[in-house]
Amino acid sequence: MKILVAGLSGLLFGLGLILAGMSNPGKVIGFLDPGGAWDPSLALVMLGAIAVSAIGLGLAGRRRVSWTGQPVHLPPRRPLQNRLWRGGMLFGAGWGLVGLCPGPDLVLIGTGHTGAMLFGLAMLAGFQLHDRPWRRPSRATLHD
Amino acid sequence: MSIDHTHFSPVTSLAGGALIGFAVSLLALGLGRIAGISGMLAAALRPDRSSRSWQLAFCAGLLASPWLWQAFRPLPAIQAQASWERWLLAGLLVGYGARLAGGCTSGHGVCGLSRGSPRSLLATASFMLTGFLVVWLDRHGLRVPRS
Repeated sequence: MKILVAGLSGLLFGLGLILAGMSNPGKVIGFLDPGGAWDPSLALVMLGAIAVSAIGLGLAGRRRVSWTGQPVHLPPRRPLQNRLWRGGMLFGAGWGLVGLCPGPDLVLIGTGHTGAMLFGLAMLAGFQLHDRPWRRPSRATLHD
Repeated sequence: MSIDHTHFSPVTSLAGGALIGFAVSLLALGLGRIAGISGMLAAALRPDRSSRSWQLAFCAGLLASPWLWQAFRPLPAIQAQASWERWLLAGLLVGYGARLAGGCTSGHGVCGLSRGSPRSLLATASFMLTGFLVVWLDRHGLRVPRS
């Protein structure tokens, strides 16, 4: 049941990205380039996603267990940290270079796009470089 | 600045965004989890995690989504041309940065912002800032105008 819910959620997430045009890196770059002819679509994707998520996450936040009986794991409030902006700035630089982030990358890999596969391999290397599983037991961060 | 009316797609982008929000809600209400893709992907590939099956299932759903889409209509055009060095550098930055920030566009940009998290706002503002900056440098900044 867990697998079914997660798989369906991933499938719908991917279809949403495709419908929104976000599986096309060129469209993301079009948003990140107000200096050219600007395509504001990404802002509307965020708006639509945030509006609906706010309801779902708000409802989930009031529950102790989910529909499948799994405990509800929403990240607690924590103070701001430097790693948030440092990591964000590195992430944004890579995002701007090609117009891809992890979700759309998986969708593009699903279409058999070679560049997206290269990006994906390097992204996994980036994960490992940060997590360094060979050095210490990995500490899973829930909020990501 | 001018609006690119040939590419701007307010209706489908809003609808696609709402569908993403629906997927986020389904995962939160159905499984009690945040749909943060970089975190799920990292967890799915960690060998020492015992319960990583749902993360793998979510990623498999994402991978399968263009296949399902194509069963009904052709995929929208994809513009994605870059040298292999650029794909690798971009992926490395995105991967490392997402782990350092504890989330990416989905975890911070959608889930975190919709919960009003100041941490996610800081991360999102930061990646937007350098995203805009890199594209500007790439497309305009390094091109010296000659008159």
